[in-house]
Amino acid sequence: MEFFFEVLIGGLLAGVMYSLVAIGFVLIYKASGVFNFAQGAMVLFAALTFVSLLERGVPFWAAFAVTLALMVALALLIERAVLRPLVNRSPITLFMATLGLSYVIEGAAQALWGAQVHGLELGISDEPLELGGLLLSQFDLFAAATAAVLVIALSLLFNRTRIGLALRAVADDPLAAQAVGVRLQRVWAVVWAVAGFVGLVAGLLWGARLGVQFSLSLVVLKALPVLIIGGFTSVSGAIVGGLLVGASEKLAEVYLGPWIGGGLENWFPYVLALLFLLVRPAGLFGERAIERV
Amino acid sequence: MFKRTFAGVALALAATAFIPVQAANEQYFPLQSYRVGPYAAGGTGFFGGFIDYLKYVNANGGVNGVKLTWSECETEYVVEKGVECYERLKKGLNGAPAAATNPLSVGIAYATLDRSTADKLPLITINHGRTDSTDGSVFPYVFPLQLNPYSEVSAIVNWIGEQSGGAAQLKGKKIVTLYHGSPYGKETNEVLQVLADKYGFELTLIEVPHPGNEQQSQWLNIRRLKPDWVILRGWGVMNPVALKTAQKVGFPANRIIGNIWSNSEEDAAPAGAAAKGFISITTHPSGTGFPVLQGIKAQVVDKGEGDLADPKRFGTVYYNLGVVNGILNVEALRIAQEKFGQQPLTGEQVRWGFENLRLDDARLEALGAKGLVQPLQLSCADHEGGGAVRFQHWDGEKWNLISDWVQADRALLRPIIEASARKYAEEKGITPRDCSKEG
Repeated sequence: MEFFFEVLIGGLLAGVMYSLVAIGFVLIYKASGVFNFAQGAMVLFAALTFVSLLERGVPFWAAFAVTLALMVALALLIERAVLRPLVNRSPITLFMATLGLSYVIEGAAQALWGAQVHGLELGISDEPLELGGLLLSQFDLFAAATAAVLVIALSLLFNRTRIGLALRAVADDPLAAQAVGVRLQRVWAVVWAVAGFVGLVAGLLWGARLGVQFSLSLVVLKALPVLIIGGFTSVSGAIVGGLLVGASEKLAEVYLGPWIGGGLENWFPYVLALLFLLVRPAGLFGERAIERV
Repeated sequence: MFKRTFAGVALALAATAFIPVQAANEQYFPLQSYRVGPYAAGGTGFFGGFIDYLKYVNANGGVNGVKLTWSECETEYVVEKGVECYERLKKGLNGAPAAATNPLSVGIAYATLDRSTADKLPLITINHGRTDSTDGSVFPYVFPLQLNPYSEVSAIVNWIGEQSGGAAQLKGKKIVTLYHGSPYGKETNEVLQVLADKYGFELTLIEVPHPGNEQQSQWLNIRRLKPDWVILRGWGVMNPVALKTAQKVGFPANRIIGNIWSNSEEDAAPAGAAAKGFISITTHPSGTGFPVLQGIKAQVVDKGEGDLADPKRFGTVYYNLGVVNGILNVEALRIAQEKFGQQPLTGEQVRWGFENLRLDDARLEALGAKGLVQPLQLSCADHEGGGAVRFQHWDGEKWNLISDWVQADRALLRPIIEASARKYAEEKGITPRDCSKEG
């Protein structure tokens, strides 16, 4: 039974790491209806920039600030060069634009900082910690705490600030929001900048886990089922979705793997996501689309 | 006046179009390289070492006066692009014939295997590829030089036996193999079971799905199994994540043995302190002390002509593998020239050179590569030639050698390889060559 709980808790904590990436998707989808395929590339770009600055002798917090400034600049550039010219185009056009954007960002990141793999130490030990007879990762606990802080901060941003109100207005009805004076471009720029910040946080945590390398952009594959299960428009949904995906894939790997073959961790979350699509297409916390026909 | 000038220029252009391109005294290496994408770290290191060695040979007069030339085509490690590059480059460059292809990718190698045979152009899969391509009677143009996957695991098991006090002590030991969920990762599962049956150790095979950036459940399982050793058959990001996750569940790094694609600085360094003590095999030790590396440094790198964007990577594992690959390609060319003349050669002639490759200690000493390259002897029947590895240990900063060459049990493996090659020949309708008639 002890082993079962270790797998379960380990899975829940791994799920929080998936949620960190998923939150970036949610922010942009919520404000603009765009599924930003470039979120993984943004995670890579942020982590690679940060670690490259660190290796050039820039102190930790200065590197963090410079990277954040670069992510904000990138957000403004994307809004100006990609989103603004495509305003009022179909969602699939915007999706394809972000798909292209992901390749551009990945290429730019490697051209700027090189293709080398970098180690990243955040100063958080990954030695196992024994709690109640269970071995838990200190790093995973730190990541979970970071995600919790992030969710609280984003909730405050959305619910307690004027920009948050504008974000919610645009998410609810972009045309009505514009009619009452909300500037769509500004909202988009803010949202992409916040998504860049989330990408930076996710990039640092994933980078410390995997090493900072191209594969960071592939962590989006873990975020997709999280979004389907939690809902594309809910930050809390991204967390719950992450927990469900993390726990179920680990338990499936350990307990179903010996029976139906190992390596099912990659596709099992998608089975779960498909089931959710059949039963609850908007996900657990997503807003149901209601359209006049 | 204008018309006359135009007609003159047109005539001159037409005339030059019909002049055949003068074949230079050059031998061409088509490079299906990858410098961007997920595996760029390996690609830039390997092709950097390979190119620097070719430059070094040119700086010393080429191969008997034949200069080496090359051009690159970016594959991004994508199979379709690799095939496209193969087709684009196989015909040679400015009249210089292609010697061999070296894609450093299992996927691209599989996809171009039949084409290489049809085009009579050697396909070099150093330390990787199809194990049964060792049998040159069925695969005349494919060369898994130095180490095929079966030899790799056999040598690891032999070393574990040595560490345990002899092969007999393997009985009852628990060995887990954590493998990448790909054809590459699964290639050795069958032969590991053969070895387990022979030596009596308990084998558990655990798969990590591609790309391997989450391994919590696998390592919890390993902790529950309490194995004596874990063989890590990883690739790319899977390696540092394995080491980090092992630390997370309290499994010691010095009981993990990385295979030939889990043995670079890029595999260990990103794992930080978790990698300290990690052991891996190598056929190409890192380090800059080998005379051939010193020669490259003096005649290529120090002159600002090195291929590496980051000079700190000089002498790293991937770079040195590229140098070793360069040595083997150039030596095959040199041997082929002894038979076919000191001139640019066709792929078919270079293939003869590979099949007759002999590198003994004296030759390696002369090349400045003793200890960097293992003694090799290839033949029509044996396209691998070596089958030995050395073991190295990561001290947190760099690799340190901890063993001399450890040989695979090639006598045990040979019948398995031949059976697999025969099966392939039957499926493809290939009549194997009679190697006793090859010279």
